[in-house]
Amino acid sequence: MYSEKVMDHFRNPRNMGEMKDADAVGEVGNPVCGDLMYIYIKIKDDRIDDISFQTFGCGAAIATSSMITELAKGKTLDEAMKITRDDIAGSLDGLPPIKMHCSNLASDGLRKAIENYRAKQKKELNIAKE
Amino acid sequence: MKNVYLDYAATTPMDPEVIKEIEKHHRETYGNPSSFHKIGQNAAQILEKSRETVASLINAKKDEIFFTSSGTESDNLAIKGVAFKNKGRGNHIITSSIEHHAVQHTCQYLEKQGFKVSYLPVDEFGLIVLKELEETITNKTILISIIFANNEIGTIEPIKEIGEIAKKHDVIFHTDAVQTFGKVPIDVEEMNIDLLSASGHKLYGPKGVGLLYIRGHGVRKGWGKYIEPLLHGGGHERGLRSSTENVPGIAGFAKAVELCKRNMKEESEKLIKFRDKIIKEITENIEDVYLNGHYTKRLPNNVNLGFRYIEGESIILSLDVEGIAASTGSACSSKSLEPSHVLLAIGQKPEDAHGSLRITMGRYTTEADIDYFLEKLPPIIEKLRKMSPLKKGKKYMFDPTYETDHHH
Repeated sequence: MYSEKVMDHFRNPRNMGEMKDADAVGEVGNPVCGDLMYIYIKIKDDRIDDISFQTFGCGAAIATSSMITELAKGKTLDEAMKITRDDIAGSLDGLPPIKMHCSNLASDGLRKAIENYRAKQKKELNIAKE
Repeated sequence: MKNVYLDYAATTPMDPEVIKEIEKHHRETYGNPSSFHKIGQNAAQILEKSRETVASLINAKKDEIFFTSSGTESDNLAIKGVAFKNKGRGNHIITSSIEHHAVQHTCQYLEKQGFKVSYLPVDEFGLIVLKELEETITNKTILISIIFANNEIGTIEPIKEIGEIAKKHDVIFHTDAVQTFGKVPIDVEEMNIDLLSASGHKLYGPKGVGLLYIRGHGVRKGWGKYIEPLLHGGGHERGLRSSTENVPGIAGFAKAVELCKRNMKEESEKLIKFRDKIIKEITENIEDVYLNGHYTKRLPNNVNLGFRYIEGESIILSLDVEGIAASTGSACSSKSLEPSHVLLAIGQKPEDAHGSLRITMGRYTTEADIDYFLEKLPPIIEKLRKMSPLKKGKKYMFDPTYETDHHH
Protein backbone atom coordinates (compact mmCIF):
# COMPACT_ATOMS: atom_id res chain seq x y z
CA MET A 1 0.00 0.00 0.00
CA TYR A 2 2.88 2.40 0.74
CA SER A 3 5.90 3.13 -1.49
CA GLU A 4 9.36 1.94 -0.48
CA LYS A 5 10.33 5.53 0.33
CA VAL A 6 7.38 5.93 2.68
CA MET A 7 8.33 2.68 4.39
CA ASP A 8 11.95 3.80 4.65
CA HIS A 9 10.97 7.06 6.37
CA PHE A 10 8.45 5.24 8.55
CA ARG A 11 11.00 2.69 9.69
CA ASN A 12 13.93 5.09 10.00
CA PRO A 13 12.44 8.48 10.69
CA ARG A 14 14.88 11.39 10.22
CA ASN A 15 15.19 14.17 12.78
CA MET A 16 12.70 12.65 15.16
CA GLY A 17 12.23 13.94 18.69
CA GLU A 18 11.43 16.99 20.74
CA MET A 19 13.78 19.99 20.36
CA LYS A 20 14.13 21.57 23.77
CA ASP A 21 15.74 24.82 22.57
CA ALA A 22 13.63 25.33 19.45
CA ASP A 23 13.00 28.89 18.26
CA ALA A 24 9.44 27.97 17.31
CA VAL A 25 7.02 25.06 17.13
CA GLY A 26 4.19 24.41 14.70
CA GLU A 27 1.35 22.12 15.75
CA VAL A 28 -1.22 20.72 13.37
CA GLY A 29 -3.87 18.05 13.46
CA ASN A 30 -6.01 16.79 16.23
CA PRO A 31 -5.66 13.51 18.11
CA VAL A 32 -9.43 13.06 17.92
CA CYS A 33 -9.00 12.66 14.16
CA GLY A 34 -5.99 10.42 14.56
CA ASP A 35 -3.15 12.78 13.59
CA LEU A 36 -1.15 15.24 15.62
CA MET A 37 2.13 16.70 14.43
CA TYR A 38 4.66 19.01 16.10
CA ILE A 39 7.38 20.58 13.93
CA TYR A 40 10.28 22.21 15.82
CA ILE A 41 12.61 24.69 14.10
CA LYS A 42 15.83 26.49 14.93
CA ILE A 43 16.64 29.52 12.82
CA LYS A 44 20.02 31.02 11.93
CA ASP A 45 20.44 33.91 9.46
CA ASP A 46 16.87 33.51 8.23
CA ARG A 47 17.52 29.87 7.38
CA ILE A 48 16.26 26.65 8.94
CA ASP A 49 19.35 25.60 10.82
CA ASP A 50 17.77 22.62 12.56
CA ILE A 51 14.40 20.93 12.42
CA SER A 52 12.74 17.99 14.13
CA PHE A 53 9.31 16.46 14.55
CA GLN A 54 7.05 14.49 16.85
CA THR A 55 4.02 12.77 15.37
CA PHE A 56 1.03 10.78 16.57
CA GLY A 57 -0.50 9.20 13.51
CA CYS A 58 -0.47 6.59 10.80
CA GLY A 59 2.43 5.49 8.62
CA ALA A 60 1.84 8.29 6.14
CA ALA A 61 1.72 10.93 8.88
CA ILE A 62 5.06 9.75 10.24
CA ALA A 63 6.74 9.47 6.83
CA THR A 64 5.60 12.93 5.69
CA SER A 65 6.85 14.45 8.97
CA SER A 66 10.21 12.83 8.48
CA MET A 67 10.38 13.88 4.83
CA ILE A 68 9.67 17.55 5.48
CA THR A 69 12.57 17.76 7.90
CA GLU A 70 14.85 16.67 5.06
CA LEU A 71 13.24 18.99 2.53
CA ALA A 72 13.31 22.06 4.79
CA LYS A 73 16.73 21.83 6.40
CA GLY A 74 19.01 24.62 5.19
CA LYS A 75 16.29 26.43 3.25
CA THR A 76 15.52 30.12 3.79
CA LEU A 77 12.24 30.78 5.54
CA ASP A 78 10.67 32.08 2.31
CA GLU A 79 11.72 28.94 0.47
CA ALA A 80 10.48 26.70 3.23
CA MET A 81 7.11 28.45 3.26
CA LYS A 82 6.64 27.35 -0.35
CA ILE A 83 6.93 23.61 0.31
CA THR A 84 3.58 22.04 -0.54
CA ARG A 85 1.77 18.82 0.30
CA ASP A 86 2.37 17.70 -3.27
CA ASP A 87 6.12 18.31 -2.90
CA ILE A 88 6.19 16.01 0.12
CA ALA A 89 4.06 13.32 -1.49
CA GLY A 90 6.20 13.53 -4.65
CA SER A 91 9.44 13.16 -2.68
CA LEU A 92 7.98 10.02 -1.10
CA ASP A 93 7.08 8.56 -4.53
CA GLY A 94 3.43 9.21 -3.85
CA LEU A 95 0.89 8.44 -1.14
CA PRO A 96 -2.28 6.35 -1.33
CA PRO A 97 -5.10 8.69 -2.50
CA ILE A 98 -6.99 8.40 0.80
CA LYS A 99 -3.88 9.59 2.67
CA MET A 100 -3.14 12.58 0.42
CA HIS A 101 -5.22 14.95 2.46
CA CYS A 102 -5.66 13.28 5.79
CA SER A 103 -2.14 12.51 6.85
CA ASN A 104 -0.18 14.93 4.72
CA LEU A 105 -0.06 17.74 7.25
CA ALA A 106 3.67 18.32 7.51
CA SER A 107 3.84 21.34 5.18
CA ASP A 108 1.06 22.99 7.19
CA GLY A 109 2.99 22.22 10.35
CA LEU A 110 6.18 23.77 9.02
CA ARG A 111 4.38 26.89 7.82
CA LYS A 112 2.77 27.23 11.21
CA ALA A 113 6.18 26.94 12.90
CA ILE A 114 7.62 29.65 10.63
CA GLU A 115 4.61 31.90 11.21
CA ASN A 116 4.99 31.45 14.95
CA TYR A 117 8.69 32.28 14.65
CA ARG A 118 7.99 35.43 12.63
CA ALA A 119 5.28 36.57 15.03
CA LYS A 120 7.68 36.10 17.91
CA GLN A 121 10.39 38.07 16.08
CA LYS A 122 7.99 40.91 15.41
CA LYS A 123 6.94 41.01 19.02
CA GLU A 124 10.56 41.04 20.20
CA LEU A 125 11.36 43.81 17.71
CA ASN A 126 8.46 45.89 19.00
CA ILE A 127 9.59 45.36 22.57
CA ALA A 128 13.11 46.43 21.57
CA LYS A 129 11.72 49.57 19.87
CA GLU A 130 9.84 50.54 22.96
CA MET B 1 10.90 -13.83 6.42
CA LYS B 2 8.56 -14.81 9.24
CA ASN B 3 4.92 -15.08 8.41
CA VAL B 4 2.65 -14.94 11.44
CA TYR B 5 -1.04 -14.56 10.65
CA LEU B 6 -3.03 -13.08 13.54
CA ASP B 7 -6.05 -11.79 11.65
CA TYR B 8 -8.38 -14.81 11.67
CA ALA B 9 -11.41 -12.59 12.31
CA ALA B 10 -10.84 -10.99 8.91
CA THR B 11 -10.63 -14.32 7.17
CA THR B 12 -9.09 -17.76 7.65
CA PRO B 13 -6.92 -19.86 5.40
CA MET B 14 -8.83 -22.84 4.02
CA ASP B 15 -8.21 -26.17 5.66
CA PRO B 16 -6.40 -28.49 3.21
CA GLU B 17 -9.23 -31.01 3.63
CA VAL B 18 -11.71 -28.33 2.54
CA ILE B 19 -9.61 -27.50 -0.51
CA LYS B 20 -9.54 -31.20 -1.40
CA GLU B 21 -13.31 -31.45 -1.02
CA ILE B 22 -13.98 -28.38 -3.16
CA GLU B 23 -11.59 -29.54 -5.87
CA LYS B 24 -13.25 -32.92 -5.95
CA HIS B 25 -16.71 -31.45 -6.36
CA HIS B 26 -15.60 -28.96 -8.99
CA ARG B 27 -14.43 -31.97 -10.97
CA GLU B 28 -17.16 -34.47 -10.16
CA THR B 29 -20.24 -32.57 -9.08
CA TYR B 30 -20.66 -30.00 -11.82
CA GLY B 31 -24.37 -30.68 -12.34
CA ASN B 32 -27.14 -28.21 -11.62
CA PRO B 33 -29.17 -29.49 -8.65
CA SER B 34 -32.33 -28.30 -10.40
CA SER B 35 -31.69 -30.58 -13.38
CA PHE B 36 -33.76 -33.73 -13.75
CA HIS B 37 -30.96 -36.01 -14.93
CA LYS B 38 -28.60 -38.10 -12.83
CA ILE B 39 -25.72 -35.62 -13.01
CA GLY B 40 -27.99 -32.89 -11.70
CA GLN B 41 -29.55 -35.11 -9.06
CA ASN B 42 -26.12 -36.16 -7.87
CA ALA B 43 -25.36 -32.48 -7.24
CA ALA B 44 -28.71 -32.12 -5.45
CA GLN B 45 -27.75 -34.99 -3.21
CA ILE B 46 -24.42 -33.40 -2.28
CA LEU B 47 -26.25 -30.14 -1.62
CA GLU B 48 -28.76 -31.78 0.73
CA LYS B 49 -26.08 -33.77 2.51
CA SER B 50 -24.16 -30.52 3.09
CA ARG B 51 -27.30 -28.88 4.42
CA GLU B 52 -27.70 -31.69 6.92
CA THR B 53 -24.09 -31.46 8.10
CA VAL B 54 -24.33 -27.72 8.62
CA ALA B 55 -27.73 -27.95 10.36
CA SER B 56 -26.40 -30.48 12.86
CA LEU B 57 -23.80 -28.03 14.16
CA ILE B 58 -26.48 -25.72 15.59
CA ASN B 59 -29.25 -28.23 16.31
CA ALA B 60 -31.32 -26.99 13.36
CA LYS B 61 -33.42 -28.99 10.95
CA LYS B 62 -32.05 -29.57 7.49
CA ASP B 63 -34.76 -27.54 5.75
CA GLU B 64 -34.04 -24.52 7.96
CA ILE B 65 -30.62 -23.93 6.40
CA PHE B 66 -30.55 -21.53 3.42
CA PHE B 67 -27.27 -21.11 1.57
CA THR B 68 -26.26 -17.63 0.45
CA SER B 69 -23.12 -16.02 -0.92
CA SER B 70 -21.84 -14.44 2.31
CA GLY B 71 -22.50 -13.41 5.88
CA THR B 72 -23.38 -9.96 4.57
CA GLU B 73 -26.01 -11.38 2.23
CA SER B 74 -27.46 -13.45 5.06
CA ASP B 75 -27.72 -10.37 7.29
CA ASN B 76 -29.39 -8.44 4.47
CA LEU B 77 -31.85 -11.26 3.76
CA ALA B 78 -32.72 -11.65 7.42
CA ILE B 79 -33.25 -7.97 8.18
CA LYS B 80 -34.70 -6.62 4.94
CA GLY B 81 -36.56 -9.87 4.39
CA VAL B 82 -38.38 -9.62 7.71
CA ALA B 83 -38.87 -5.85 7.45
CA PHE B 84 -40.37 -5.87 3.96
CA LYS B 85 -42.61 -8.87 4.64
CA ASN B 86 -44.03 -7.53 7.90
CA LYS B 87 -44.55 -3.84 7.16
CA GLY B 88 -48.23 -4.26 7.93
CA ARG B 89 -47.50 -5.78 11.31
CA GLY B 90 -45.02 -3.23 12.57
CA ASN B 91 -42.18 -0.94 11.55
CA HIS B 92 -39.86 -1.14 14.55
CA ILE B 93 -36.50 -2.92 14.65
CA ILE B 94 -34.16 -3.21 17.64
CA THR B 95 -30.44 -3.71 17.17
CA SER B 96 -27.27 -2.86 19.07
CA SER B 97 -24.76 -0.07 18.60
CA ILE B 98 -21.92 -2.56 18.04
CA GLU B 99 -23.21 -4.48 15.03
CA HIS B 100 -21.10 -5.34 12.05
CA HIS B 101 -21.64 -2.91 9.17
CA ALA B 102 -23.62 -5.59 7.33
CA VAL B 103 -26.33 -5.21 9.97
CA GLN B 104 -25.79 -1.57 10.92
CA HIS B 105 -25.86 -0.19 7.39
CA THR B 106 -28.82 -2.40 6.47
CA CYS B 107 -30.75 -0.95 9.41
CA GLN B 108 -29.75 2.57 8.42
CA TYR B 109 -31.01 1.86 4.92
CA LEU B 110 -34.34 0.67 6.34
CA GLU B 111 -34.64 3.89 8.34
CA LYS B 112 -34.58 5.73 5.02
CA GLN B 113 -37.40 3.43 3.91
CA GLY B 114 -39.56 4.56 6.83
CA PHE B 115 -38.69 1.95 9.46
CA LYS B 116 -37.85 2.95 13.02
CA VAL B 117 -34.66 1.48 14.42
CA SER B 118 -33.51 1.51 18.05
CA TYR B 119 -29.75 1.12 18.51
CA LEU B 120 -29.25 -0.25 22.01
CA PRO B 121 -26.23 1.15 23.83
CA VAL B 122 -23.77 -1.26 25.41
CA ASP B 123 -21.82 -1.17 28.66
CA GLU B 124 -18.05 -0.66 28.89
CA PHE B 125 -17.49 -4.34 28.04
CA GLY B 126 -19.71 -4.25 24.99
CA LEU B 127 -22.66 -6.09 26.55
CA ILE B 128 -26.22 -5.03 25.87
CA VAL B 129 -28.45 -4.52 28.89
CA LEU B 130 -31.34 -7.01 28.87
CA LYS B 131 -33.69 -4.79 30.83
CA GLU B 132 -33.17 -2.03 28.33
CA LEU B 133 -33.85 -4.41 25.48
CA GLU B 134 -37.14 -5.49 26.99
CA GLU B 135 -38.18 -1.90 27.68
CA THR B 136 -37.47 -0.92 24.08
CA ILE B 137 -39.91 -3.48 22.66
CA THR B 138 -43.22 -1.95 21.54
CA ASN B 139 -46.25 -3.47 19.85
CA LYS B 140 -44.71 -2.31 16.57
CA THR B 141 -41.46 -4.26 17.08
CA ILE B 142 -41.02 -6.99 14.47
CA LEU B 143 -37.33 -7.81 14.73
CA ILE B 144 -34.44 -7.88 17.19
CA SER B 145 -31.02 -8.24 15.59
CA ILE B 146 -28.09 -8.60 17.99
CA ILE B 147 -24.60 -9.77 17.09
CA PHE B 148 -23.67 -13.10 18.73
CA ALA B 149 -20.07 -12.11 19.40
CA ASN B 150 -18.56 -8.85 18.28
CA ASN B 151 -15.96 -9.06 15.52
CA GLU B 152 -13.73 -6.34 16.96
CA ILE B 153 -13.74 -6.77 20.71
CA GLY B 154 -14.93 -10.39 20.88
CA THR B 155 -17.63 -9.82 23.50
CA ILE B 156 -20.21 -12.63 23.54
CA GLU B 157 -23.73 -11.29 24.07
CA PRO B 158 -26.31 -13.01 26.34
CA ILE B 159 -27.95 -14.70 23.36
CA LYS B 160 -30.07 -17.20 25.27
CA GLU B 161 -31.56 -14.46 27.43
CA ILE B 162 -32.24 -12.28 24.39
CA GLY B 163 -33.93 -15.27 22.78
CA GLU B 164 -36.18 -15.69 25.78
CA ILE B 165 -37.22 -12.04 25.71
CA ALA B 166 -37.90 -12.19 21.97
CA LYS B 167 -39.99 -15.34 22.40
CA LYS B 168 -41.95 -13.84 25.29
CA HIS B 169 -42.91 -10.81 23.19
CA ASP B 170 -43.34 -12.76 19.94
CA VAL B 171 -40.65 -10.78 18.12
CA ILE B 172 -38.35 -12.38 15.54
CA PHE B 173 -34.79 -12.74 16.78
CA HIS B 174 -31.88 -12.59 14.34
CA THR B 175 -28.24 -12.93 15.31
CA ASP B 176 -25.14 -12.32 13.22
CA ALA B 177 -23.02 -15.31 14.26
CA VAL B 178 -20.30 -14.87 11.64
CA GLN B 179 -17.53 -14.79 14.27
CA THR B 180 -19.11 -17.45 16.48
CA PHE B 181 -20.32 -20.20 14.16
CA GLY B 182 -18.04 -23.20 14.45
CA LYS B 183 -16.09 -21.66 17.32
CA VAL B 184 -18.52 -21.61 20.23
CA PRO B 185 -21.38 -24.10 20.79
CA ILE B 186 -24.67 -22.81 19.35
CA ASP B 187 -28.09 -24.40 19.84
CA VAL B 188 -30.86 -22.54 18.03
CA GLU B 189 -33.55 -24.41 19.99
CA GLU B 190 -32.11 -23.82 23.42
CA MET B 191 -31.26 -20.19 22.58
CA ASN B 192 -34.57 -19.41 20.83
CA ILE B 193 -32.81 -18.05 17.76
CA ASP B 194 -35.09 -17.49 14.75
CA LEU B 195 -32.55 -16.32 12.21
CA LEU B 196 -28.79 -16.80 12.27
CA SER B 197 -26.14 -15.65 9.78
CA ALA B 198 -22.84 -17.42 9.20
CA SER B 199 -20.06 -17.34 6.66
CA GLY B 200 -17.79 -20.07 5.27
CA HIS B 201 -14.50 -18.23 5.11
CA LYS B 202 -14.35 -17.43 8.82
CA LEU B 203 -14.14 -21.14 9.68
CA TYR B 204 -11.50 -22.43 7.26
CA GLY B 205 -14.04 -22.80 4.46
CA PRO B 206 -14.32 -20.99 1.13
CA LYS B 207 -15.14 -17.34 0.51
CA GLY B 208 -18.37 -16.67 -1.35
CA VAL B 209 -20.50 -19.08 0.70
CA GLY B 210 -22.69 -18.16 3.64
CA LEU B 211 -25.89 -19.34 5.21
CA LEU B 212 -28.97 -18.10 6.94
CA TYR B 213 -30.71 -20.35 9.43
CA ILE B 214 -34.44 -19.62 9.18
CA ARG B 215 -36.65 -21.11 11.87
CA GLY B 216 -39.61 -23.00 10.48
CA HIS B 217 -38.14 -22.43 6.98
CA GLY B 218 -39.78 -19.01 6.93
CA VAL B 219 -43.20 -19.86 8.37
CA ARG B 220 -44.19 -18.82 11.89
CA LYS B 221 -47.26 -19.41 13.95
CA GLY B 222 -49.46 -16.33 13.93
CA TRP B 223 -47.31 -14.64 11.29
CA GLY B 224 -47.51 -16.98 8.30
CA LYS B 225 -44.63 -16.44 5.90
CA TYR B 226 -42.37 -13.96 7.63
CA ILE B 227 -39.51 -13.41 5.23
CA GLU B 228 -39.39 -11.84 1.78
CA PRO B 229 -36.68 -12.91 -0.69
CA LEU B 230 -34.18 -10.35 -1.98
CA LEU B 231 -33.27 -12.34 -5.08
CA HIS B 232 -36.07 -13.42 -7.38
CA GLY B 233 -35.62 -15.99 -10.10
CA GLY B 234 -35.70 -19.74 -10.37
CA GLY B 235 -37.03 -20.28 -6.88
CA HIS B 236 -33.98 -21.97 -5.37
CA GLU B 237 -33.66 -22.46 -1.63
CA ARG B 238 -37.44 -22.80 -1.22
CA GLY B 239 -37.98 -19.61 -3.14
CA LEU B 240 -36.09 -17.49 -0.62
CA ARG B 241 -32.81 -17.23 -2.49
CA SER B 242 -32.86 -17.76 -6.23
CA SER B 243 -29.48 -18.52 -7.82
CA THR B 244 -28.01 -21.81 -8.98
CA GLU B 245 -26.42 -23.27 -5.89
CA ASN B 246 -22.63 -23.13 -5.54
CA VAL B 247 -22.43 -26.86 -4.87
CA PRO B 248 -18.62 -27.24 -4.62
CA GLY B 249 -18.43 -24.20 -2.33
CA ILE B 250 -21.31 -25.44 -0.20
CA ALA B 251 -19.73 -28.89 0.06
CA GLY B 252 -16.52 -27.17 1.16
CA PHE B 253 -18.46 -25.18 3.74
CA ALA B 254 -19.97 -28.40 5.06
CA LYS B 255 -16.54 -30.02 5.26
CA ALA B 256 -15.28 -26.99 7.18
CA VAL B 257 -18.21 -27.29 9.59
CA GLU B 258 -17.49 -30.98 10.09
CA LEU B 259 -13.88 -30.17 11.00
CA CYS B 260 -14.92 -27.37 13.37
CA LYS B 261 -17.36 -29.66 15.10
CA ARG B 262 -14.66 -32.29 15.54
CA ASN B 263 -11.98 -29.85 16.78
CA MET B 264 -14.03 -27.22 18.61
CA LYS B 265 -13.25 -28.18 22.19
CA GLU B 266 -9.56 -28.78 21.70
CA GLU B 267 -9.08 -25.69 19.51
CA SER B 268 -10.99 -23.48 21.87
CA GLU B 269 -8.87 -24.61 24.84
CA LYS B 270 -5.68 -23.88 22.94
CA LEU B 271 -6.88 -20.44 21.86
CA ILE B 272 -8.07 -19.44 25.31
CA LYS B 273 -4.62 -20.32 26.64
CA PHE B 274 -2.94 -18.16 23.98
CA ARG B 275 -5.47 -15.37 24.42
CA ASP B 276 -4.97 -15.12 28.16
CA LYS B 277 -1.20 -15.37 27.81
CA ILE B 278 -1.13 -12.39 25.43
CA ILE B 279 -3.42 -10.32 27.65
CA LYS B 280 -1.38 -11.11 30.76
CA GLU B 281 2.06 -10.54 29.23
CA ILE B 282 1.17 -7.30 27.52
CA THR B 283 -0.78 -5.70 30.33
CA GLU B 284 1.99 -6.63 32.76
CA ASN B 285 4.89 -5.45 30.64
CA ILE B 286 3.62 -2.39 28.79
CA GLU B 287 2.31 0.77 30.45
CA ASP B 288 -0.89 2.57 29.54
CA VAL B 289 -2.50 -0.37 27.82
CA TYR B 290 -5.98 -1.71 28.43
CA LEU B 291 -8.15 -4.57 27.25
CA ASN B 292 -11.13 -3.75 25.06
CA GLY B 293 -14.09 -6.04 25.65
CA HIS B 294 -14.85 -8.52 28.41
CA TYR B 295 -12.30 -10.71 30.20
CA THR B 296 -14.36 -13.91 30.20
CA LYS B 297 -17.45 -13.37 28.03
CA ARG B 298 -15.09 -13.31 25.11
CA LEU B 299 -14.39 -15.28 21.93
CA PRO B 300 -11.52 -17.72 22.56
CA ASN B 301 -9.48 -16.32 19.68
CA ASN B 302 -9.84 -12.56 20.20
CA VAL B 303 -7.55 -10.06 21.91
CA ASN B 304 -8.17 -6.34 21.50
CA LEU B 305 -5.83 -3.95 23.25
CA GLY B 306 -5.75 -0.19 23.41
CA PHE B 307 -2.37 1.55 23.54
CA ARG B 308 -2.51 5.14 24.67
CA TYR B 309 -0.59 7.95 22.89
CA ILE B 310 -0.05 6.06 19.62
CA GLU B 311 -2.08 5.29 16.54
CA GLY B 312 -3.16 1.83 15.41
CA GLU B 313 -2.21 1.86 11.76
CA SER B 314 1.38 2.61 12.63
CA ILE B 315 1.31 -0.36 15.05
CA ILE B 316 0.01 -2.80 12.46
CA LEU B 317 2.35 -1.38 9.82
CA SER B 318 5.31 -1.95 12.15
CA LEU B 319 4.10 -5.48 12.91
CA ASP B 320 3.70 -6.13 9.20
CA VAL B 321 7.35 -5.18 8.69
CA GLU B 322 8.17 -7.99 11.15
CA GLY B 323 5.94 -10.42 9.25
CA ILE B 324 3.00 -10.26 11.66
CA ALA B 325 -0.50 -9.66 10.23
CA ALA B 326 -2.91 -7.97 12.67
CA SER B 327 -5.70 -5.41 12.58
CA THR B 328 -6.82 -2.13 14.17
CA GLY B 329 -9.96 -0.10 14.77
CA SER B 330 -8.14 3.09 13.86
CA ALA B 331 -9.76 5.36 11.32
CA CYS B 332 -6.50 5.61 9.47
CA SER B 333 -6.60 2.03 8.32
CA SER B 334 -10.21 2.10 7.22
CA LYS B 335 -11.67 3.32 3.98
CA SER B 336 -14.15 5.52 5.81
CA LEU B 337 -11.60 7.41 7.96
CA GLU B 338 -13.94 6.96 10.89
CA PRO B 339 -12.69 5.39 14.11
CA SER B 340 -14.40 2.14 15.04
CA HIS B 341 -18.04 2.64 16.05
CA VAL B 342 -17.64 -0.34 18.38
CA LEU B 343 -14.86 1.28 20.40
CA LEU B 344 -16.79 4.54 20.57
CA ALA B 345 -19.88 2.62 21.72
CA ILE B 346 -18.01 1.08 24.66
CA GLY B 347 -17.21 4.61 25.76
CA GLN B 348 -13.74 5.24 24.41
CA LYS B 349 -12.50 8.68 23.55
CA PRO B 350 -11.81 8.98 19.81
CA GLU B 351 -8.08 9.62 20.41
CA ASP B 352 -7.89 6.33 22.30
CA ALA B 353 -10.00 4.45 19.77
CA HIS B 354 -7.26 5.23 17.23
CA GLY B 355 -4.74 3.22 19.23
CA SER B 356 -6.37 -0.20 19.19
CA LEU B 357 -4.77 -3.46 18.11
CA ARG B 358 -6.82 -6.56 17.33
CA ILE B 359 -5.16 -9.96 17.43
CA THR B 360 -7.30 -12.90 16.29
CA MET B 361 -5.89 -16.40 16.32
CA GLY B 362 -6.98 -19.72 14.88
CA ARG B 363 -6.33 -23.31 13.92
CA TYR B 364 -2.80 -22.80 12.65
CA THR B 365 -1.59 -20.42 15.37
CA THR B 366 1.25 -21.91 17.39
CA GLU B 367 2.80 -21.05 20.72
CA ALA B 368 5.91 -19.99 18.79
CA ASP B 369 3.78 -17.47 16.85
CA ILE B 370 2.53 -15.98 20.09
CA ASP B 371 6.02 -15.79 21.56
CA TYR B 372 7.34 -14.14 18.39
CA PHE B 373 4.54 -11.57 18.56
CA LEU B 374 5.17 -10.95 22.27
CA GLU B 375 8.85 -10.42 21.54
CA LYS B 376 8.29 -7.98 18.65
CA LEU B 377 5.48 -5.85 20.04
CA PRO B 378 7.06 -4.02 23.03
CA PRO B 379 9.88 -2.32 21.10
CA ILE B 380 7.36 -1.22 18.46
CA ILE B 381 5.16 0.40 21.10
CA GLU B 382 8.19 2.02 22.68
CA LYS B 383 9.47 3.42 19.40
CA LEU B 384 6.08 4.85 18.38
CA ARG B 385 5.60 6.38 21.80
CA LYS B 386 9.00 8.03 21.54
CA MET B 387 7.84 9.52 18.27
CA SER B 388 4.50 10.73 19.62
CA PRO B 389 3.99 14.21 21.09
CA LEU B 390 1.29 12.75 23.34
CA LYS B 391 2.73 11.68 26.68
CA LYS B 392 1.51 10.51 30.01
CA GLY B 393 0.62 13.42 32.26
CA LYS B 394 1.71 15.96 29.69
CA LYS B 395 -0.84 18.48 28.57
CA TYR B 396 -0.61 18.68 24.85
CA MET B 397 -1.55 21.63 22.78
CA PHE B 398 -3.64 21.31 19.74
CA ASP B 399 -5.79 23.68 17.92
CA PRO B 400 -9.35 22.38 18.01
CA THR B 401 -10.29 24.81 15.26
CA TYR B 402 -7.73 23.35 12.91
CA GLU B 403 -9.53 21.66 10.10
CA THR B 404 -8.07 19.72 7.28
CA ASP B 405 -10.16 19.23 4.22
CA HIS B 406 -10.76 15.54 4.83
CA HIS B 407 -12.08 15.29 8.30
CA HIS B 408 -15.76 14.51 8.15
